[in-house]
Amino acid sequence: MINGSGFVTLLYKELLRFWKVAFQTVLAPVVTALLYLLIFSHVLDQHVQVYPGVSYTTFLVPGLIMMSMLQNAFANSSSSLIQSKITGNIIFVLLTPMSYLELFLAYLMASVIRGVVVGVGVWVATVWFTDLHVLHPLWLLMLTVLATGIMGALGIIAGMWAEKFDQLAAFQNFLIMPLTFLSGVFYSIHSLPSFWQQASHWNPVFYMIDGFRWGFFGLSDVPPTSSFMVVAGCFVAISGLTLMLLKRGYKLRH
Amino acid sequence: MTPALRVSALTKRFGTQQALGGVDLEVAQGEFFGLLGPNGAGKTTLINILGGLARASSGKAEIMGFDVLRDYRQSRRALGIVPQELVYDPFFTAREVLRLQSGYFGIRSNDDWIEHILFKLGLADHADKNMRALSGGMKRRVLVAQALVHKPPVIVLDEPTAGVDVDLRQTLWLFIQELNRAGHTIVLTTHYLEEAENLCERIAMLKQGRVVALDTTRNLLANTHGQLARLQLSSQSDDTMLNSMGLKRLADGQLEFEFQHFSELEALLAKLRLAGLQVQEMHLQEQDLERVFTEIIRRS
Repeated sequence: MINGSGFVTLLYKELLRFWKVAFQTVLAPVVTALLYLLIFSHVLDQHVQVYPGVSYTTFLVPGLIMMSMLQNAFANSSSSLIQSKITGNIIFVLLTPMSYLELFLAYLMASVIRGVVVGVGVWVATVWFTDLHVLHPLWLLMLTVLATGIMGALGIIAGMWAEKFDQLAAFQNFLIMPLTFLSGVFYSIHSLPSFWQQASHWNPVFYMIDGFRWGFFGLSDVPPTSSFMVVAGCFVAISGLTLMLLKRGYKLRH
Repeated sequence: MTPALRVSALTKRFGTQQALGGVDLEVAQGEFFGLLGPNGAGKTTLINILGGLARASSGKAEIMGFDVLRDYRQSRRALGIVPQELVYDPFFTAREVLRLQSGYFGIRSNDDWIEHILFKLGLADHADKNMRALSGGMKRRVLVAQALVHKPPVIVLDEPTAGVDVDLRQTLWLFIQELNRAGHTIVLTTHYLEEAENLCERIAMLKQGRVVALDTTRNLLANTHGQLARLQLSSQSDDTMLNSMGLKRLADGQLEFEFQHFSELEALLAKLRLAGLQVQEMHLQEQDLERVFTEIIRRS
């Protein structure tokens, strides 16, 4: 009767978990991104042009899509783990024969999928406001998977580390939010003073946004290969750290 | 035959606190085994190590011959644990929870067995309700069902009847006894010692992370003080004299006499007659597990 791995079920459960509350997990971030777009484009569209021939509203959309995907990928794994830990139902997963690798893949893939669903939602919602064309679809897909994967893995680490919602909120508000907002979503880093330009190069989210934008416009602040190297390197490093913590049962198995 | 559960020199430390101090235990397949002890004795820590929720500091634990660390996949497939805490996933219905739990063990198409345990645990009419909408007793039943969903040969129940009504207790014990008769090994921890006395063939008692008693329930009851007699005398008498005969006055005014053999009771009655005292009422009371438990825990 045993004919498969628990991974498929855990992935399915994680998808069901966010889909059952899609108003909160999908629709709300789409509306938030749309509000950013309406406000910023209303204020800046006539005054700012970052890339030649690209309106500010059009410039803004890829960054908003990536930012929404990143924040939601992080929220998915982190909130699932912290809720399971606090309510105690994490034991139903820990008592099963699933390996740490299966747990990692299920939580990570659910985060990636939620990120993609939100990203597609933002894209569809902004179609009426911009004339956005995809130049490099495979590149976009690859960068999306790697970037949301990084955030999904970071969410797993945060969910394991946090013992209360307050700690998770601190992780989200003092690390994830500044990294995503200060990554060039709303501007090109060339418009920044040189110190902040240099500082932006230390922010891995900048490479995710910049590389993602290149997939649409063929234009970017840094060469796309640099973005790929940084994002892929971060993905390997953070996934490795997450796997190590899961293998040790960090704050999960005492 | 491979034991259902084997624990050797198992220790567990949490910082400076020693939760388990070298536990050795073996439970045979098909046994109904009781694991008793006061709060903080290490029962739940031991169960957590068996299920992989905690890792032992040293020693070894095996389920059906499978090491809980090295062969964790097989050992966890062989084990079902009903946790002490009333935990549940608020996103799902009872039936969804059971299907998911089944899937975590890699079992697909398990609906027949799921329907069977829903029926046996009186959950059939509540299976499509969200877990949040279920009463405490119903949530407890779902916990039991979750532990059974992969048909484990070894079932550990960590205080499964804490705070639940008589109806659930009866339903639960009937079903668990049925599973035991079908060959499943049952390990039970409970603070309701009457349940352990009625159900368990053997009992281990833990105190401060050590096994202080391990024997059949019958031997435990027989080897501690034998029986008790409660007496009411027809006239007032001097307590000092009564104490010298081995009688203890209880708060309700009655006298209690503890004895191993009936000849001791006969000797007492003779002494009372000689002292001119008449017995108005006498009740014999068999030793129960609660007294045995209290006695063993007190002196160890």
